[in-house]
Amino acid sequence: MPVFEVFRQERKGQPFTHAGSVVAPDAVFADAWAREQYGRRGESSALWLVPRDSVHEVTDWADEFDLKYRRVDGYSIKERLRIARERAGTTAAEPR
Amino acid sequence: MDKRTQEFLEHVQAGGQVEATDWLPDEYRQRLLKFVEMHANSELMGVLPEREWILRAPTLQRKLALTAKVQDEVGHAQLLYRIAEDLGKPREQMFADLLSGKSKFHNVFHYPTRTWGDVGVIAWLVDAAAIISQKALLKCSYAPYARIMKKICWEESFHILHGRDVILALMTGTDEQRELVQEALDRWWSPLMQFHGNPIPRDEDPMWLWRIKSQGNEEARQQFLDGYVPQIVELGLTVPDGKLRRRDDGVWEYTEPDWEELRSVVTGHGPQTAERLALRARYLEQESWVRESVLAA
Repeated sequence: MPVFEVFRQERKGQPFTHAGSVVAPDAVFADAWAREQYGRRGESSALWLVPRDSVHEVTDWADEFDLKYRRVDGYSIKERLRIARERAGTTAAEPR
Repeated sequence: MDKRTQEFLEHVQAGGQVEATDWLPDEYRQRLLKFVEMHANSELMGVLPEREWILRAPTLQRKLALTAKVQDEVGHAQLLYRIAEDLGKPREQMFADLLSGKSKFHNVFHYPTRTWGDVGVIAWLVDAAAIISQKALLKCSYAPYARIMKKICWEESFHILHGRDVILALMTGTDEQRELVQEALDRWWSPLMQFHGNPIPRDEDPMWLWRIKSQGNEEARQQFLDGYVPQIVELGLTVPDGKLRRRDDGVWEYTEPDWEELRSVVTGHGPQTAERLALRARYLEQESWVRESVLAA
């Protein structure tokens, strides 16, 4: 039987987060069971039911081209700042 | 231990979690599966002691609340069996193993529910003991399990309130009603003290090693005593253990629980084991047409 992954949104405007899954022969049964599991106390404003087969998962994050300039850890400010100050003959600016 | 397993172990021991699609060491998968399967079995079998009282509950409100609780627990079983299925064991096989005694369920569900006092003690104290173990699973290294525990713990909080309400109604009632609660507490105390398992040191517990559980057995029992003994005593009830006392350092001392009884009960020799499993078998058979018609849909 197909597995449907259930994502729930607690209140309007909030992100959908993964809550669990139900097995059901089709979307009609999945709808009925997910409502019972994740909505019978008014704890969800909406549910997304996604057949597991439709989930395209990405987990490998190759970085062959060294793209770290897109990230904060891609810059080593501290050491360069020390050298720049040394050349200018200044010390660290007082925090304002 | 190979390098990959070693890395996995370090990851979970540092508080890391893993997903269903991640590589899992065989030992981890097997232990986790066995644990989740027992949890699922316990939710399923745990409705039976209460189900017996739906028709006999004293008011319509109590019947409805009890029915709702039964629905919640069966729902928890469904969620847990889903987790176990994804770990590789077919549901039909789990149903069969439960009936044949190959897999286990919690000790407290092997005992009879003699009176309405038992229903109150189960809903209040058995659920309280269970929620302590269940809250510790919110930090489980297996993320899909940890996620469904959020919903389960949330619903358990209603159950404790329901149980407390039943107990308070009895304790504010007649002398007979108060005696009913005391008598039920006397019978349930031993199973409750056995519930969290033998005091195996945390570091020797493989469930802690793999961070499936986030606390040791004795830690859970101490937490139970700390939270609930004062609540029991304030109602004028007596805990049936003369040795029970809280030391100055905060540690509870108590009479050594009967670990032989626990072992015997969970391996299928409890006073109500056979009857409950027979009922389960009857319903599995009787309702097979539902599964067949859903599958035919």
